[in-house]
Amino acid sequence: MTAAPIHLAGERLMLTPEGALVWPAAGLLAIADLHLEKGSAFAARGMLLPPWDSRATLDRLVALLRRYTPRIVLALGDSFHDGAGHTRLDAADAARLRAVAASHRMIWIAGNHDPAPPAGLGGESTAVFAAGPLMFRHEPDPRLARTNAGEICGHLHPKAAIASRGGTLRRPCFVADSRRVLLPAFGAYTGGLDVADPAIARWFGPTARAFLLGRERLFSFPLAAARARA
Amino acid sequence: MPPPPAPSDPDLPPAFAAWFAARGWTLRPHQRAMLEAARARRSALLIAPTGGGKTLAGFLPSLIDLAAHPRDGLHTLYVSPLKALAVDIARNLTAPVTEMGLPIRIETRSGDTPANRRARQRATPPEILLTTPESLALLLSLPDSPALFAGLDTIVIDEVHALAGTKRGDQLALGLARLATLAPGARRVGLSATIAHPAAIAAFVGADEILTAPPGAAPELELQLPAGRLSWSGHMGLEAAPEVMARIRDAGMSIVFVNTRAQAELMFAALWKLNDPTLPIGLHHGSLDPAQRRRVEAAMAAGKLRAVVATASLDLGIDWGGVDQVIQVGAPKGTSRLLQRVGRANHRMDEPSRAILVPANRFEVLECEAAIEGVAAGELDGDPPRPGGLDVLAQHLLGRACVSPFHPDEAFAEISRAAPYADLTRADFDAVLDFVATGGYALTAYERYRKLFRDAEGRLHVRSARIAAQHRMNIGTIVEAPLIKVRLAGRRGAGPVLGEIEEYFVAMLRPGDTFLFAGRRLRFRRLRETWVEADEAAGPGEPLIPAYAGGRLPLSTNLADRVRGLLSDPARWRVFPDPVREWLRMQRASSRLPGRDDLLVESFPRGGRWYLVAYCFEGRNAHQTLGMLLTRRMARAGLAPLGFVATDYVIGIWSAAQPTGIAALFDQDMLGDDLEEWLADSSMMKRGFRNVAVIAGLIERHHPGAEKSRRQVTVNTDLIYDVLRKHQPDHVLLRATRRDVAAGLVDLGRVAAFLARIRGRIVHMALSRVSPLAVPVLLEIGRESVRGAADEDALLAEAEALIAEATAPPRRPAPAQGALFPS
Repeated sequence: MTAAPIHLAGERLMLTPEGALVWPAAGLLAIADLHLEKGSAFAARGMLLPPWDSRATLDRLVALLRRYTPRIVLALGDSFHDGAGHTRLDAADAARLRAVAASHRMIWIAGNHDPAPPAGLGGESTAVFAAGPLMFRHEPDPRLARTNAGEICGHLHPKAAIASRGGTLRRPCFVADSRRVLLPAFGAYTGGLDVADPAIARWFGPTARAFLLGRERLFSFPLAAARARA
Repeated sequence: MPPPPAPSDPDLPPAFAAWFAARGWTLRPHQRAMLEAARARRSALLIAPTGGGKTLAGFLPSLIDLAAHPRDGLHTLYVSPLKALAVDIARNLTAPVTEMGLPIRIETRSGDTPANRRARQRATPPEILLTTPESLALLLSLPDSPALFAGLDTIVIDEVHALAGTKRGDQLALGLARLATLAPGARRVGLSATIAHPAAIAAFVGADEILTAPPGAAPELELQLPAGRLSWSGHMGLEAAPEVMARIRDAGMSIVFVNTRAQAELMFAALWKLNDPTLPIGLHHGSLDPAQRRRVEAAMAAGKLRAVVATASLDLGIDWGGVDQVIQVGAPKGTSRLLQRVGRANHRMDEPSRAILVPANRFEVLECEAAIEGVAAGELDGDPPRPGGLDVLAQHLLGRACVSPFHPDEAFAEISRAAPYADLTRADFDAVLDFVATGGYALTAYERYRKLFRDAEGRLHVRSARIAAQHRMNIGTIVEAPLIKVRLAGRRGAGPVLGEIEEYFVAMLRPGDTFLFAGRRLRFRRLRETWVEADEAAGPGEPLIPAYAGGRLPLSTNLADRVRGLLSDPARWRVFPDPVREWLRMQRASSRLPGRDDLLVESFPRGGRWYLVAYCFEGRNAHQTLGMLLTRRMARAGLAPLGFVATDYVIGIWSAAQPTGIAALFDQDMLGDDLEEWLADSSMMKRGFRNVAVIAGLIERHHPGAEKSRRQVTVNTDLIYDVLRKHQPDHVLLRATRRDVAAGLVDLGRVAAFLARIRGRIVHMALSRVSPLAVPVLLEIGRESVRGAADEDALLAEAEALIAEATAPPRRPAPAQGALFPS
């Protein structure tokens, strides 16, 4: 597993092939859009999806924490698929989350799916987390251009399509330019939105790159190439 | 002068006899046999060629019965695989009913039927209802279905051969089993084209007897080669466009059948380039807008077209009458399929159909000749129908619960009477039922969301009316790849819809790219919310080939057998044109010919690589699987395989090291761990799982209140597959997927039979250079993308390096080259 370094507002950040952002200087690890309990939210609507999505997502989170040993764990919003999601967590999964919150500074950023902080799981909640020159929030903010800060956000579930010799390959990805890093969704059942969609593309300048998640490393492409033929 | 004798026939009431006589018709023997079967209340399968009066044979007993004993309520239910066919049959039946003044109402019912008419059909059903398997399943999920079907007398299933062995057929078979409970007295009539496994089709219908109409006149088939050179590879057959055009000019009306939609677009464009007399030539394929297809069909029926370039979208369906010849461009792939297509020309069974085969390359010449022999020998291909899908059963059981509570024992007994499910184990049935009720997960997390609950008597009830309503919105077994509409850009907003193309093709387009679609050259402007905006491309420039896949059938086993037989016997080569004979003679001199029962494997160095070419003749799907498994083994043996290509005839693998130990490579044990490891991760399993998940009702296509759209699959099924495989690898839906995939794209049965057949019969020729027979496959390299072949991450790395190179800032030009790089 090789993480890729990038620079944002003078800070050195690492993007990991698992889809997390690590800020070594601050001992911080951020992930976006866990969408825990998406499976049970669908089950309530009559689609009985396999019930292990929260477990699968937490397995991957715990592995990340072991690998990068951050002091601060920051979830960039939509940590639960809906406001009541945390109440449906399996007892074992809830205990794991509480253990994470007990051994780290755990910060829950509010998302549109989970505007209220998850009760009983520990950690602190906030709409925006500012640290040094960096702003962590759920959704990209149009006012960023008027500041000197760097922004780290989620919400949009970026995914890129790359045409290769073996056909078009689609992967979740980071999108980053000199001002902003957009994280891929981390949840086991979270799908993606093509980075060429205006909902994503409009937030980024011409130098933006997409970093596609791979098994061992990231694959970097100019954002403009991420939908074109290779 | 005495009056002409009143027409009479012992089997026909006077009004019917008069109606027949007025047309100059007499009862054909198989029509008479069908009347006899009806009088004896026997169910029957009628096998008849096109043009044999099959439909009338199926309906005549019902018409006679209803004429003699008028009654209210549904008397005859007709099910066909095509909506359009049901509409056409309704029109054809209305003629005799009106002309004889019979008190019979005939109506169709499909997804297109307006809601008010559907409601009226349930309140006061017509005597004869014509419908599709999907609409029947929907009717059978309604609480009033027992009353609706209680008095049913006859069930007619048309084009059974096209349904049996498919998921739509599974759904129909389960519906028939249900009808057998609701209307135990109803008789079944199956109508089928000539088929390889009549007994299996009869079992599907539940027929007591098989009636066979005399075969029509033998078709006249001939080969047409392009003038000039004969291609070494390629499947489009465009070189022969002038010859095809000449054939069209010389006949009244032609259908030009091709194998893929891309080929249809290209051939259509090639013909119009040559179309100086501007003959009316149309285009018909499955991606075109239905309204446009209907217009082409109507123009054909009205005799306004001289030719239609078509794919399998015209294989089945309405009787056009006036087609004079069929031109098959590209290999026919199977004798049954060829016969079906040839049968589209000339629907009068006593006159021969005329067809012209136009091979696109040398191997296809072999295949076309083999197909002509196969047709002459009356050989048919096709496997017996496979067992019914567990996903379809899941959908059926929820539909059953929507009608009334049921006991699992009764339901099991009932569905076991459906031929595709006759051998279903109770354990599998219970697993499916558990999936329907709770998801069937080892972790019982969804008790409170269960869809079925059990009462004190052990009967299962659907939990709520909402579950039932949701289910009814999602009935059906046709799951399409995500498609995107193509519209012309209009002055104001969106213009007309031309049809739909696969999402993945759209993903490859950049604004300004041109592509062929709906017979036009289009320029891609942009992707709007749910459609592709395009405009007509003007000016020069080659359009992108519309590379949408699909429609390519693998070479059938029988035909492959015949090709091998032809190849290995030089005495039979005289049927081939000179270039083909010369090619085979060169092969014999410089390597050897593939034998009738052995496997020829050649290896040779070329351009710093080693090539291994295996002449398996097992069809593209089996070859893809073999190629995947062989390259895995070669990698383990240190032979450093770099890639492979699979055609219908051969597999070509290239590697860094010289291939050795060939016989061991083809050992049957590759179907063990190697296969399972590769399969579990393959895109085919994921694609298969998507279909199974949708059909079984794990994923809904439509949700109440949500916009009705085909792209409504709301959760990424690949992600669900990954989670389910990790946590419950033996889940019933994963088992159902494995079965589908093994029988479908992976073609496991054929791979296994092949490996068993060639054991101890592998002939390895270590050559110093490429052999004549290997040239075509080498030419295919780079042209065919290999499905799921290479490691995806390796492909991404390759694309990354390529783009990095292409987008790197230009180096400061060296002085000598300065003029070439203006700064």
